[in-house]
Amino acid sequence: MDFIVLQTLNGLSFAMLLFLMASGLSLIFGLMNLVNLAHGSFYLLAGYIAVTVVKKSSNFLEGLLVACVVVPLVGILVQKFFLSRHERNELAQVLVTFGFIFIIGDACLWIWGGLPRSLPKPSFLSHSLFLGDIVFPSYRLFIIVVGFLVGLGLWLFLEKTKVGAMVRASVDNPDMAMAVGVNVSTLFTAVFALGTLLAALAGVLGGAFVGVHAGADLDILLLALVIVIIGGQGSLKGAFVGSLFVGMIDNFGRALFPELSLFMVFAPMAVILAVRPQGLFGRK
Amino acid sequence: MKTPLRVEQVEKVFGKVAVLIGVSLELESGERHAILGPNGAGKTTLFNLICGIHSATSGRILLFGEDVSRMSVQRRASMGLGRTFQITNLFNSLTVLQNILLARQSFEPYRFNFCKPLSRYPKLISETEDILQQWGISDKRDKVVSTLSYGEQRQLEVIMALANKPRLLLLDEPTAGLSPSETGSMTRFLRNLDGSITILLVEHDMEVVFSLAEKITVMHYGNVVAQGPAEEIKGNSEVMAAYLGEEPAQHVNG
Amino acid sequence: MKLSPLQVFMLFAALTLLSCPLFLSSYYVGLMTQVLIFALFAMSLDLLVGSLGLPSLGHAVYFGVGAYTAGLLCLKFTNSFWLCLIAGTCSGLILAALFGFLAIRTRGSAFLMITLALAQVVWGIAYKWRSFTGGDDGLAGISLPDLGFPLAVTQTSYYYVVLLIFGLAGLFLTIIVRSPFGNALTGIRESESRMRSLGYNPILYKYLCFVLAGGFASVSGVLFVFQNRFVGPSELGVVLSAKGLLMVILGGAGTLWGPALGAAIITLSEHIISAHIDRWIMILGIVYVISIMFFPKGIVGTIRGRSREDAI
Repeated sequence: MDFIVLQTLNGLSFAMLLFLMASGLSLIFGLMNLVNLAHGSFYLLAGYIAVTVVKKSSNFLEGLLVACVVVPLVGILVQKFFLSRHERNELAQVLVTFGFIFIIGDACLWIWGGLPRSLPKPSFLSHSLFLGDIVFPSYRLFIIVVGFLVGLGLWLFLEKTKVGAMVRASVDNPDMAMAVGVNVSTLFTAVFALGTLLAALAGVLGGAFVGVHAGADLDILLLALVIVIIGGQGSLKGAFVGSLFVGMIDNFGRALFPELSLFMVFAPMAVILAVRPQGLFGRK
Repeated sequence: MKTPLRVEQVEKVFGKVAVLIGVSLELESGERHAILGPNGAGKTTLFNLICGIHSATSGRILLFGEDVSRMSVQRRASMGLGRTFQITNLFNSLTVLQNILLARQSFEPYRFNFCKPLSRYPKLISETEDILQQWGISDKRDKVVSTLSYGEQRQLEVIMALANKPRLLLLDEPTAGLSPSETGSMTRFLRNLDGSITILLVEHDMEVVFSLAEKITVMHYGNVVAQGPAEEIKGNSEVMAAYLGEEPAQHVNG
Repeated sequence: MKLSPLQVFMLFAALTLLSCPLFLSSYYVGLMTQVLIFALFAMSLDLLVGSLGLPSLGHAVYFGVGAYTAGLLCLKFTNSFWLCLIAGTCSGLILAALFGFLAIRTRGSAFLMITLALAQVVWGIAYKWRSFTGGDDGLAGISLPDLGFPLAVTQTSYYYVVLLIFGLAGLFLTIIVRSPFGNALTGIRESESRMRSLGYNPILYKYLCFVLAGGFASVSGVLFVFQNRFVGPSELGVVLSAKGLLMVILGGAGTLWGPALGAAIITLSEHIISAHIDRWIMILGIVYVISIMFFPKGIVGTIRGRSREDAI
């Protein structure tokens, strides 16, 4: 029984980490019809930057802040100078982001080398909590809380604010949105920056969780893609549900059948694609 | 008797907006029928429902006696439904010949064959050449479609739909954007179409409508407000003024 | 008989390919063999990209599956080249049939995302399933192929086998592109909505094209494994998929033999550059991004921008 509770909590914390990634990806995809394949690369870059900053200053928060400023800036550069040139041609933009996987990934390898790095947790989150009979790291609890808060914040932003409505309108009909005074290109850049910020946040938090290593960009990208496929394009609810699903399966899979854990994640994705290609909550 | 087209009390709702309300229509074989109405009346939506691009929220559509409400666009096409598009929808980087070839190939049993080059299907190619000749565009055979003039492209739109040998042809604003002389030739072109083909067209140009249509349906805000023989509609000054914005027998310069 | 400059070039290339073992050392004949192998891979991808305008980001998975199947068969049962070729091709076709069914009913960006995700899953499985695939160590020590006829298997004789298969595959691809099927693919690329109103079912065509492309890719994978005598997860991975796309872009999407030229450029460049610089992958990424940005006749020109009608 304790095993199940512990693993569920573990799965939940991993799920919330994934949700930070998937929500950013889904935001950009749903609102700009663009799959940002460099999303995992931003995650990795943020982790490495935090490692370097924390190594010098021993301050986790400082590492988090620097990464969450630098990486979205890189994202803005990429969006403004490379992606927005192919306006309305989202397929071309996706292809460009695909190329950035290699540029950013190899740059990280060049700067930080191929050995895995660890990112120390902040001292106030380095202890464990006693929940009944279970010992659970407070850091993982922290990630769960952050995940829920971010989810709530995003939902409020999209559904309840004027800016969120503008974003939604701009995707449905950019010409009309421009005609009523919405600056569509600035909005798109802002959305891309927000999505990248979420990836950066995930990268730093994840770095302290599982470490930072070469190849993590592809690993996390795959899981984020699977979540968006299962949850459906542009659905925040789908990203949340999908993250829970994938987080739990991955966690229990690793604990029970280590060699086949990827297979266990693949199967539900294949079923969804076969039966409902637009995902659980996606629009057709 | 199986009529080519029968639209029964069709409604279409997009989100919260009812675009079509209780629309009914029936065409006899060989009839020429026009749909008129101001912009936003639902004409193009009706077209799209008939073709299968959208499905009706309620009501039925029957093609040649069969309920096609759930059928895909391509299945309806294979039943003999052809259409032209309001915004020219041709294969722009291909030649005129290649465009018509694709139209002619669509119902052939070998259309999935990937083991024999097209050159081994002389009958297909000669039939295509015949079509080009029939409509007098053989000289444009090897011209890439994007290099044709707008008027020539609009004409090719119709020829392409005809190449498929449809029994029911839907024309979506065939004279849109044409000059007066081009409109004239398009009108003559359409008048000379085979009498066995049933034609339903959406048009704004009154001159074109009254020289082609035998029956007219007038739509406004998704409703049918008048339906009947062309002369009757033309003579109905209220309908003409209210919905079509003009006195009868007045010509609009197209 | 007057020939166009392009035809002269092709004739020259054919003659070079036929005669190069006569004046190249065994090492460089091996390099030329690799060029042919990747040329076939690129041409298989072009079936999707050039004819249909559907770039797949996970095409290497079929290459890798063909290589792994042939490699495993060779290690465990038989090193008969032709049996391994058949088995490898079948595995590619089957996987493409499965993945195609999952991917082809989605549109645009979703399709790209799914092809990548599916390929990455297979890569991950190959990476982790040490007992079957050797994990990240891969399958090594694959023996020389048994060609079935009394001919000593040397680099040169294998080169000619590969050249023969490359030629036949190229011929087959030419016929496919010029067939009624290929004609329909072009129409679908130009305007799916028009094709539907003419009575075609675009999904069936896309699916069949996807399966064929996977089959040809797996053939090149089989040829690879006997040349390299080794196969690892990277033969399934994103780097190879990206290289394939770059070969298609540089050579010209939809030009049939263009991607083969692209393959020659990339394979030879990689060979020269990675001997001196460690950052080949970053260079690959940069050249790739530049190509997409500034090569209008490449992939960008072939992919339609999102139009209102194609959204229908």
